[in-house]
Amino acid sequence: MGTFHADKGELHGITVVVETHGPEVYVGRCDEERSDGIVLLDADRHVDGEGGRSNAEYLVRAAKFGVFPNHRMLLVPRAEIASVRRLGDL
Amino acid sequence: MPYDPVMVAPMRREMVEMGAKELTTAAEVEKFLSQKGGTTLVFINSVCGCAAGSARPGLRMAFQNEHRPERFATVFAGQDVEAVQKVRSYLPDIPPSSPSAVLFKDGKVVHFVPRHQIEGRDAASVAYNFVTAFDEYCTIGV
Repeated sequence: MGTFHADKGELHGITVVVETHGPEVYVGRCDEERSDGIVLLDADRHVDGEGGRSNAEYLVRAAKFGVFPNHRMLLVPRAEIASVRRLGDL
Repeated sequence: MPYDPVMVAPMRREMVEMGAKELTTAAEVEKFLSQKGGTTLVFINSVCGCAAGSARPGLRMAFQNEHRPERFATVFAGQDVEAVQKVRSYLPDIPPSSPSAVLFKDGKVVHFVPRHQIEGRDAASVAYNFVTAFDEYCTIGV
């Protein structure tokens, strides 16, 4: 198993959950871990309580089916990141 | 831009050799999925080295199981664009994902394996996911 871009970090190509110190949580395919943050592709952002769903409820569904890619690419700033986990491990 | 057909040919062949019917057009998908009775697995193939590299061997292992879907087809993401879109039209509430697989029983989705449940896992782990569903929903072996 492997990727064509091993220099982008061990999470490159892996769908991750990025939890923040605030109410936002991000799910997307990790492209690159950089000093200023983590770059996600085909990502979605959920704010706790948005649409009547807590972050925990949002992640339960994300773990089962994935997420709709509402952002082609986004950078989650390093200072906001509380944790990064593989969605497949939830 | 689609990948070079020469590059993806072995990935296509791998699926056909394990018994999947290759669907390359929307019409072929529609015809295939119009057979609503019984169990049908559709695998959305991909060139992705992070996931598809273990998905195909995992499926091969799963198809050694006593219980298997009665029908098995594959479409190729990034290659057979309209065929993939057609498959996804049967999954309106499920986000697009490739590689991925969907198991239908009597025309209804009963199990879905998204990309993130394949990424970083070995073939045996991927196979276990499929076998669990096959044992639950596929009562007749092929």
